[in-house]
Amino acid sequence: MPAVVSAALPAAFEQVQIDYLAIAPMMVVVAGALVGVLVEAFAPRERRHGIQVGLTIGTLLVALAVLAVWSRDHLAVTLGGSMAIDGVALFLQGTLLGLSVIGVLVMAERFGGTGSDAFTPMGASTPGSAQETAATRAGYATSEVFPLTLFAVLGMMVFVAANDLITMFVGLEVLSLPLYVMTGLARRRRLLSQEAALKYFLLGAFSSAFFLFGAALLYGYAGSSDLGRIGTAITTNAGELDGLLLPGVVLTLVGLLFKVGAVPFHSWTPDAYQGAPTPVTGFMAACTKLAAFGAILRLTYVGVGSNRWDWQLGVVVVAILTMVVGAVLSVTQTDVKRLLAYSSVAHAGFILVGVLAFSKAAIGGVMFYLLAYGATTIAAFAIVTMVRQDGSEASHLSQWAGLGRNHPVVAGAFAFLLLAFAGIPLTSGFTAKFATFAPAVQSGTAGVVMVVVGVLASAVTAFVYVRLIVLMYFTEPTPGVVALTPSVPSTVAITLGVLITVVAGVFPTWVLQLAGNASSFLL
Amino acid sequence: MTSLPLLTLMMVVPVLGAVVVAALPTGSVRLARPVALGASLVTLVLAVLAWVAFDAGSGRMFQLTETHSWIPQFGVSYALGVDGIALALIVMAAILTPVCILAAWNDEVVDTPGRFKRYFALMLVLEAFMVGVFAATDVFLFYVFFEAMLIPVYFLIGLYGGPQRQYAAVKFLLFSLAGGLVMLVSVIAVYFAGPGGENGFLVEQLVGNVNGSTGALRWMFVGFFIAFAVKAPMWPVHTWLPDAATEARPATAVLLVGVLDKVGTYGMIRFCLQLFPEASQWATPVVLTLAVISVVYGALLAIGQTDMMRLIAFTSISHFGFIVLGIFAMTSVGGAGANLYMINHGFSTAALFLIAGFLVTRHGSKRIPDYGGWQRVTPVLAGTFLVAGLSSLALPGLSTFVSEFLVLQGTFMRYKVAAVIAALGIVLAALYILLMYQRVMTGPKPAFPEDAVPADLSHRERWVVAPIIAAFVVLGFYPKPVLDVLNPAVRTTMEIVGVTDPSPAAEASGSAK
Repeated sequence: MPAVVSAALPAAFEQVQIDYLAIAPMMVVVAGALVGVLVEAFAPRERRHGIQVGLTIGTLLVALAVLAVWSRDHLAVTLGGSMAIDGVALFLQGTLLGLSVIGVLVMAERFGGTGSDAFTPMGASTPGSAQETAATRAGYATSEVFPLTLFAVLGMMVFVAANDLITMFVGLEVLSLPLYVMTGLARRRRLLSQEAALKYFLLGAFSSAFFLFGAALLYGYAGSSDLGRIGTAITTNAGELDGLLLPGVVLTLVGLLFKVGAVPFHSWTPDAYQGAPTPVTGFMAACTKLAAFGAILRLTYVGVGSNRWDWQLGVVVVAILTMVVGAVLSVTQTDVKRLLAYSSVAHAGFILVGVLAFSKAAIGGVMFYLLAYGATTIAAFAIVTMVRQDGSEASHLSQWAGLGRNHPVVAGAFAFLLLAFAGIPLTSGFTAKFATFAPAVQSGTAGVVMVVVGVLASAVTAFVYVRLIVLMYFTEPTPGVVALTPSVPSTVAITLGVLITVVAGVFPTWVLQLAGNASSFLL
Repeated sequence: MTSLPLLTLMMVVPVLGAVVVAALPTGSVRLARPVALGASLVTLVLAVLAWVAFDAGSGRMFQLTETHSWIPQFGVSYALGVDGIALALIVMAAILTPVCILAAWNDEVVDTPGRFKRYFALMLVLEAFMVGVFAATDVFLFYVFFEAMLIPVYFLIGLYGGPQRQYAAVKFLLFSLAGGLVMLVSVIAVYFAGPGGENGFLVEQLVGNVNGSTGALRWMFVGFFIAFAVKAPMWPVHTWLPDAATEARPATAVLLVGVLDKVGTYGMIRFCLQLFPEASQWATPVVLTLAVISVVYGALLAIGQTDMMRLIAFTSISHFGFIVLGIFAMTSVGGAGANLYMINHGFSTAALFLIAGFLVTRHGSKRIPDYGGWQRVTPVLAGTFLVAGLSSLALPGLSTFVSEFLVLQGTFMRYKVAAVIAALGIVLAALYILLMYQRVMTGPKPAFPEDAVPADLSHRERWVVAPIIAAFVVLGFYPKPVLDVLNPAVRTTMEIVGVTDPSPAAEASGSAK
């Protein structure tokens, strides 16, 4: 189609318009991440941990402040149309920054050691080797996880605001690569961690390829990778290249559904969640899911929504499978991290139900769900890091027996978070479920069917959580299992997570209002 | 009318009591019981004030109303209010809670202070939720209380129950949760079928305004009904109740069976009937069949039990069958009977569970064959147990007779076969109660070692039993004050459903029906 190509090329080079205030939060995060790399190179080893934690948290808070004070008055499609800083993007970016603060606070936990407790002192050493022992003795620490986290956050922020497929792909890669590395850095059970990282990387690379291929097909179809133009092309094209559209949509969606862990693209989730250092698992579960759903929302609502009748049924099936498989397989898990992984799969299904309602209320509901689930998840994984037997994490369920008797506060907080996952009223889990299911019921028969499956799956997952509560409260304690006393940062993180879970359950009005007001896209 | 937010106060007082009890320092943990009892008595006083402030003849649907916007985005309000049915149930709950706390006085030893405090704190939290669930006039708020109250009960059974407590607690929770989640779909759908808006979940907004295709409304009805049938519990979703009732402490069992299960039957009136009149009439044949099966099945299984607590649980299944029968007979007599039955059943089951509990603490066994001849050892206990049993089998002169008679009469006006079969339940009731009494209390005096002869009811235990027995006798001879409060609400329900009592003339001529 030579005519189309020449029309897309500008006559002369034009400088793109950039609304710097709109993208300022992302620039702050990049700057923080780069400074972090310099700190890694120049700061003395014993002071790096403190500097990095302070710098990372500071960067995230400054970015959040910039976003709240300036960016929200600068809603714009900017950078030559490749970024849409609209309500949805800002709400999700703000939530991301907030959740990342909580996540970083958990990563900073040292439990009295020199570096972060969760990360290996030297990622490059062979597990169990003399080199590793020497690194531990010399007081090495992998403080580069903090700049890596900032890069991942940057990728996520780009991902939720990306208004064309190329930018979206860049965001996807920028967020994924640091996470692959961080997954392999666990201090304990390092082989498991490295295996998880490899698996996550290989499957992630595949899914990126799917996404890229899909993006190429959509470009071929619409003559542009811009989501808005793809949307316009679908309604105006005379049907000459229609054969490219559906494969393009399906392949891009596969790439994104992989990131949220939807069935049948979920098989990396339990392994990566189990192998990754637990604070990273919490961060991934909350933030990656949020970013990927942000991208799915934008792709499906702004880009390819107008031909949704062609592909919606397929995604409905994916949503139903995701809820059912996630719920049923969580029943058989014996490891608390794998259990939470399958539960996160089921939650991805619940969120998809909301996405598929295709209404303004659904956008608000999905965004609220992502915020609520993220806060609960990070706090839950933070508690998992504290429960220890002989120094290593006691992640087998049998080790959690009787925790309520010896550590009532820790077990109480965890039980409360589990009730939130189960969606019991007066927790954020219930409000969130209601916020996503209500638009789905309104949307029609397919929505009602999905919601019915959703509530039945919720009942199954409730069984799982309740069994864990039974274990913690009603059985005899396992000898030797203790909950370590957390330091100030992770105490703050857990408290924040629990508080958000309570407030979003009992007084959700303000957050719902915010999400509701932010729930429209700029084209 | 009073301007005090009585209903909210009735939730705040027990919650505050629970907080105080839970926060007691280990040294003064003995205060947990008096504080809990005090909080529940203050709540009872508030309930009496509410009863006084309530005007049965006012003609308004709800009184003592409080409405505040809660989550306007969802159309949810914090709205409380009572009609006669809800008020009577709340007063019953407010009477039974102090009684249960007094009955549970020695259930836990002070040596484990944390456990001891939590036991009484949980009961108070439960009381707050019980008031809330009956007083909620917003469908969403009702759902919130309906689900949230599972948690304290779950812990009361799972932490403080008998040897199989974990199994019973989980079974209870899963049955209720599954039913509740199915209801959630209907709750959401009702909002969209109603007028919507910022207070679109208010019952007053929804009554008569739920529009949709007949099929959709029927599905919504089914969603609500399943949840309430599990809660009530009706055959075939009753199986959690015997386990929960026998594993729970008697005081917990009373609150569970006597009060919480009424949420099921109350919900059928408030939501199934009032929101979906057409669907209710459509479902009536099936519901009546299930109710009759529950009546007979519960009674037959009660006869076969050797565990006293399970026996009482099965009698409740039979009695809940009567209540549902009265509700779905859709006559004013049946409706009034069913509502009165809810109150009476609360008291008679409470008496049976608590007195059986006193017996079990003396002998350490729940098995009926382990007893015999106890009326010679503990005559007062035996006597009160007999009165409680007679109340359960609906002896004329005791309150349950009035309600059972009204239910059967009301049902017979429209559904003769159902009424006749259900009447069998009364005969079977005499069998299970009297057989149990005979096996436990009559016979030769059991031999006890000199120093371990069980004592008769203590002063505390007499104070537990006295108010309940007083309630059956008074309501048995003079049910009018309660019926006066219930009747307007029953009439309102019938008007909403759009049915009128079959007149005797129509009955005589219309033999086809």
